Order: sequence, then structure tokens, then C-alpha cells
Amino acid sequence: MAETETSHPDHLAHHFDSVEQQRESASFGMWLFIAQEIMFFGGLFLGYIVYRIKYPMAFATGSNLLSIEWGAFNTAVLIGSSLTMALAVRAAQTGNNRLIIRWILATMLLGSVFLGVKVVEYKDKYDHQLVAGPMFEFDADYVLEREAVPAVYADDIDVHDPQFGSNVHLFYSFYFVMTGMHALHMIIGIGVMIWLLVKAYRKRFGPDYYSPVEMTGLYWHFVDIVWIFLFPMLYLMGRH
Amino acid sequence: MTEHSGNHHIMPLKIYLGVFLALMVLTILTVWVAFYDLGFLNVFVAVTIACVKAYIVLLYFMHLRYNARILWLTAAAGFIWFVLLTAFTVSDVLTRGWLPPPEAW
Amino acid sequence: MESGDTKRKHYLNIENTPQSWLLTLDHKRIGILYLVTILLFFFLGGVAAVLFRLELLTPDAHLVEHETYNRLFTMHGVTMIFFFLIPSIPAVLGNFLLPIMIGARDMAFPRINLASWYVFTAGGLFGLAAIVFGGVDTGWTFYTPYSSTYANSNVILAALGIFIAGFASIMTGLNFIVTIHKMRAPGLTWFRLPLFIWGQYATAIIMILGTPVIAITVLLVGIERLFGVGIFDPAIGGDPLLFQHLFWFYSHPAVYIMILPGMGVISEVIACFSRKRIFGYHVVAFSSLAIAILGFFVWGHHMFVSSQSMYAGMIFSILSFLVAIPSAIKVFNWTATLYKGSISLDTPMLYALGFIGLFTIGGLTGLFLATMAINIHVHDTYFVVAHFHYVMVGGMLMAFLGGIHFWWPKMFGRMYPEAWGRFAAIVIFVGFNLTFFPQFILGYLGMPRRYHVYPEEFQVLNVMSTAGASILGAGYLMVFVYLVWSLFKGRRSVSNPWCAAGLEWRVSSPPPQHNFKKAPVVDRDAYDYTDEDVYKSDYDSGGTSDG
Ligand SMILES: [Cu+2]
Repeated sequence: MAETETSHPDHLAHHFDSVEQQRESASFGMWLFIAQEIMFFGGLFLGYIVYRIKYPMAFATGSNLLSIEWGAFNTAVLIGSSLTMALAVRAAQTGNNRLIIRWILATMLLGSVFLGVKVVEYKDKYDHQLVAGPMFEFDADYVLEREAVPAVYADDIDVHDPQFGSNVHLFYSFYFVMTGMHALHMIIGIGVMIWLLVKAYRKRFGPDYYSPVEMTGLYWHFVDIVWIFLFPMLYLMGRH
Repeated sequence: MTEHSGNHHIMPLKIYLGVFLALMVLTILTVWVAFYDLGFLNVFVAVTIACVKAYIVLLYFMHLRYNARILWLTAAAGFIWFVLLTAFTVSDVLTRGWLPPPEAW
Repeated sequence: MESGDTKRKHYLNIENTPQSWLLTLDHKRIGILYLVTILLFFFLGGVAAVLFRLELLTPDAHLVEHETYNRLFTMHGVTMIFFFLIPSIPAVLGNFLLPIMIGARDMAFPRINLASWYVFTAGGLFGLAAIVFGGVDTGWTFYTPYSSTYANSNVILAALGIFIAGFASIMTGLNFIVTIHKMRAPGLTWFRLPLFIWGQYATAIIMILGTPVIAITVLLVGIERLFGVGIFDPAIGGDPLLFQHLFWFYSHPAVYIMILPGMGVISEVIACFSRKRIFGYHVVAFSSLAIAILGFFVWGHHMFVSSQSMYAGMIFSILSFLVAIPSAIKVFNWTATLYKGSISLDTPMLYALGFIGLFTIGGLTGLFLATMAINIHVHDTYFVVAHFHYVMVGGMLMAFLGGIHFWWPKMFGRMYPEAWGRFAAIVIFVGFNLTFFPQFILGYLGMPRRYHVYPEEFQVLNVMSTAGASILGAGYLMVFVYLVWSLFKGRRSVSNPWCAAGLEWRVSSPPPQHNFKKAPVVDRDAYDYTDEDVYKSDYDSGGTSDG
């Protein structure tokens, strides 16, 4: 059936009265989605906090087996990708289509670098049988060799205690589930960006209509924030 | 409707670069400070720096600074609900051992 | 297509190809899709209930053995809670009515709305697969480490089903909140909204802040079973209580996801059939929010005997008492609304009155359970089962049926047979009480839940309960039969058969495709039964075709 409204631009859905109302609804919806995401990751964070309270030494030791260099590098990469994403939104606001495409590509590239580093790190954990699950094999000698036992706990920890080893296993359960869930979110984000690229090549975005770019940006920054917390929780908390 | 979000606000490039640099500096700071033993303060400092970083991202990259209050409220609700979930659960974990288990009868 | 232009076009007859239904973005059609889907799950859950109620006729295992019995009550719990009660009022009546009630042409995000139905159906298929491949035996609570390590049934499939269906619920909640904030008609301020909308709004808050927690929790159970990545596994130091915290953080508020929209329906029905504005409108509106928010922080009352800290238990107990206050406010205000109202006892009103009484019993016994000492006595007994069903069936299902009857003429343009409706409402009320009241006594006497055999002294009460269940089932069947009959043979309904206030009654029945032909402007409070204007059906008088 034909629309009775006369002044409806293409990108304004029939049930909205104005472009403004549509844009506000979209960003409100996105923020509600982010609130939902906070609680989704919140469940994982809570689990981590509970076990860290129960097993501080095993968690610190497990944390020290991670590569702080790769972790810090990835943090920088992800913050950089947030910058490029923010610039993509800005390019959409100013109506510069070439720049939208360029900054989205840059974001996708940085995101892929992050995931690539993650693969390297996972591979390292695989080599040392630290992948959580049935193949996890706690190697006390490796822990000693890496000097992973924090100095403050040195007197209290018996690395040969099987109980200690299985608590380190618990740390790695969280490491893999949390970083895995985070990586999954990034992969989804990169997938959405492919769709954005297609739309951008067709010159769909401009100062009047850039909600998809903006929403993807919000999502991407949220994923960045999750990592901002994951990095100290997983990599830093047992260093001293 | 009274709720209004000024999404038209276009921020100057300088702010974006400044925010990026601030986040980088804070990242270096948090790594650096992690190698010093500050007792229980280690966790506190690390979480505080992470919160500041997240706050900066929210304010500038996610434009919350220029947006309607309802969006603030939404983000805050998510965060507060997580804090409450954690607070109640941790209050159980921490006090569970205070009372000895009852003797068998 | 309909023949001739004399027939009025509305959302049902505008186009009737399969894809016009399966790809519809119309919130009303999506509501109908949900209605059909959840009825299927209600039927499945009901079949399971019939089977284990039959088993419980005798103290010994005559019909099924324990393995099957465990699978039956799990099937009943999972389908009824996750695939029927949670979507029931929000996804059916909420989807159908919310935009019309606030004067909008559709939900804010029609595509997300449709997607939510597909996601729900996908989740439901996983749930069905879990049943078809032999069922799940953990109970609907999926407690670890039983569910994560020891159970040898289809936990993963069921967990995935719940995980997926959870996102349907989140999508619905997100849509509701944005729609209520951004799409209200001019003049429709927050305190002119019908209380049904307030109820849906409060529900949507829980859906958004609570559902993701159950999603990640069941996902972790699934990951633990599938990949052996222990999160709750005691063998590596995992804490099974962590699971219970996460589970109940959602599943207690989920009870409010189920009851709050029902309370919204009751407010509408009570106001209409006593021809009065709801007493203390503002307080009732805010009590919905208070329930939604307070209700999040009482979850530990499910864990009093789980080795949860005594101190945390005391806090959870106190908070559980507090959440009774806003619920009681609602009950008192409905009762006050009835006072000196001109009451007519049509079918929806019978259900509403049933709701008030049964919900009060369910709520008060909830206070027993929130008391730590009494909880230890009746924990995991039929007392809990009875309490829960008084709230969920006596409360929510009554509200759902009341709402379905109330808005049936609006949804389908046909009246159900009133005499049959009243008769069935009474049958259901009697059957319900006969089923579940004996269970209070059984539980108080110490019969534990989830066992297929019991000592002989409990048989009389169990037989009563099973007899009641048969009456209850017959009542439901009656409703189903006459409602389906009325779709084809029922008297045609006018726009406003109840002379009710509210925007949904000012469009024709069934409503036109985009709800309003003329954009509505609201200039009066909700339930303004003193003003004759409210009965006019004036927002779709713009002609016979849908433009
Ligand atoms: Cu509860």
C-alpha cells in the first residue's frame, strides 16, 4: 500500500514522525543493548572476582604466565581501533564518504591485528598445555622457569600441590572464556563493518543519515571498554 | 518530546587525538604501576585506572558527554546493576566462613 | 484477498499469503505469531503435567519410573517458564497492544520485533529437540555440578534453547522501552499512560538487565559440558553456589517478568469493569517500578539451605519482605478501586477477581518462604510448589486469560460466548484451587518435591490434587475450544464492546494495518470513565480502505 505521508525521506521508516525521532530511538536502543551487554559480561566478571577472592595466589600465578607485552600491545591496538572508528563516525557526520570507507577499513585492520595476536597467544598456551579443558596439564617446572610465582606469595605457594595446579586451571577457564567471548564480539563487529562498507560504497551515509555507522561505533567502543577491564584483570593483577 | 540528544555535535579532531593519547598514557601507567607492590592498593589502582579509561571512552568516543540524560541513565543502570550483583554475591562469599558449620546430630 | 471493497480492511485480512505472515513487520501480527507459538509450548508443558500428576495418583511407581519422572517435571518447568510464561503477556498482548495504547503506528524497531519471534522459535526448537532426544532431568533450575558434570541427558540442547530464547526476550524488552519513551502520542504524558504500559515498562527493565545474566550462565554450563572448561566444577575448585547466585539473579526477577505484565492487565480490567479510575494511579504505577528494581536484590532467598552465608541470607530475607510492600499496595489499590464501583462480572473481571485472591495467597505464602527458619522447614517441599503455582498460575495465567478475553474482540473482531466464558472461568478457579491448595498441606507435612513415590499417608491429598488438575485441564480445553469456535462463528464485535477507556478501544476491531488513520492526540488521564468522549471510536473513521 502507498504511504500517505508526503515528506518521508527514503531512510525514514513509516512509523516514525521525524528523522530526529528515528535517530534518537536508534541510539537509545543501542544504549539499552549496551546495558544488556554489560550484564552479559558482568556474569563472567563476577565469576572471575569470586574465584580471585578464593584463590588469589593461583590466579596471580596464572596471570603471570601470560605475556604482558602482547597484552599491552593489543590494548594499544584496540584503543587505536576505537580512535579510527570514532573518526569514521565523524567522517559520516561531515559527509566525507571516502574517509568513512578509509577509517572503517583501518578499524577492521586493527581489529584483525588484535585477533591475530590473540591467536599467537592462544598458540603459546596450547604449547604449554594451559588451554582450559581436558587437555590442561599443569607443569610446575614451567611455572618455576617462568618465575611466575609472585614474590609476595613465594613462601606460601607450593607449586607441586595438585590443588594449586587445578586452581590455576580455573584461572585459565576464565582466561579463555572471557577473551574468547570478547574476541567473538570483535568478530561480529568486523562482520557488521563489512555491511557498513557495502552501504558506504553505495554512498548511503551522510550528515542526515549515519545511524548505522554511529551504532556500530558505539558497539565497537563498548568492546574496547570490555578489554580495558580485561587487560588489568587478566594480565596485570599478579605482577608485583 | 523533551528528551533530546544532540547527535549533531561534531567534535574537533584535536579532541579525538587528545583522548587517544590520554588512553595510551593511562595504559602505560597501569602497566608500570603493576610492577610495584602496593599491597591491596594494586587492585584498587588498576581498577581505578581502568574505570577512568572507560569513562573517557564513554564521554568522548561514545559521545555521552553531548547526549541526553536518558542515555547516561541507561549506561549507569547497566554498570550499577553489575556492581550490585557483585556486591551481594561477594558479601556471601566473604562471610560464608564466619559461622562454623553446625555439628552433626 | 478479500472479495469486494465493501469489506473493511484491517490487519488480519489485508493480505493473507504465508510470507505476509512470516515476514510481517506489523506488531499485531507478530503478537499473533507469538500467541500461536507459546500455545504450542503451553500444550507440551501441560501434557507433561498430566503425565506426572497421573503418576502421583498412587504412592508407588505405577506409570513411570524415576528417570522418566525427572524428565517430565523438567520438561514441564522449562517449557512453561522459559517458553510460555515469560513471553506470554509481553510478547502476545504487549506486542499487540503497546503501540496502539500509546498512539503509535508500530514498535520502534519492527525488524527487531520480528527477529525476536524467529529467535524465540529457534530457541524453542532447541528446547523441543532436547525433549525429542530424550529430555532433560536436571529440573528447570539446572543446578551445577549435576547439570554440568553428572547429568546424562540433553542439558546442552536445553541450555542452548534457553540461551537463544533469552535474546528474544531482550529484544522485546528493548523495543518496549524505546517505544514507550519515544513513540507516545502528543499529549500522552507518563502519568496518562495506562497502567498496562507501566507494567510492561517495568518488565522490560528486568528483561534487559536480568536476561543477559541467565544467558551467560547457561552458556557457561553448556561450555563446561561441551568442552570440559570447568567454571563451576568443584574438582578444580569451582563454586557451585556461584551458579546459584547467577541463576537466581535472573530467575527470581523472572518471576516478576511473569507477574508484572499480568498486574498491568488486571489494572485495565478492574478499571473497566468497575467503571472507575484505578485508586491511587501514581502509587500503582510506581509500585511496578519498585517491584522491578527491588525484586532484583532478593534472589538469595532461594539459597537459604545451600550453605550460603547466614549473614547474606538475613539481608536477602529482609529485602524479600520489603518487596512485598509494593505488591501489597497494588492489591489494596485494586480492592479500593472496586469499592463503590459499578461492577459487572463479565469473564475478564472474573479472572481479575480470581487473580487478586489467588495472588494474595501466593504472595503471602511467599513471606513464609522468605522467613529463614520456616524456609528450612518447607524448603524443597510441595509448599514451595504450591506457592509458586499460586503466583504463576493463579496469578499470571489468570491475568493472561483475563487479558485474552478482554482484548479478544479487539484482536480478532469477534466476541467469545460470554456464558461459556464465565462458566470456564469458574471451572478453572475451582480446578486450580483443588489442584494446588492440597499441595500447601502436603508440603507443610513434609512431602518433598520432585519425587515420583511418596509415603501412603499423602495419597488422599495427592488424589485431590490430581482430580483438581483434571478439572483445570478441562477448563483450559473449554476456553481453547470456544475461543477457536468464536474466530469463525462468534458475534462480530464493535470497536468498543466493553465501553472501555484507552486508545486501543478507539480504533475499530480488528484495528487497521497502521493502527490509526488519524494521528491521535491525548488530552485526558487514563481511565477517565466520567467522560463520555472516551467511548468514541474516532481514530480510524477515515474510510474503508487502508490508504
Ligand atoms: Cu524468588
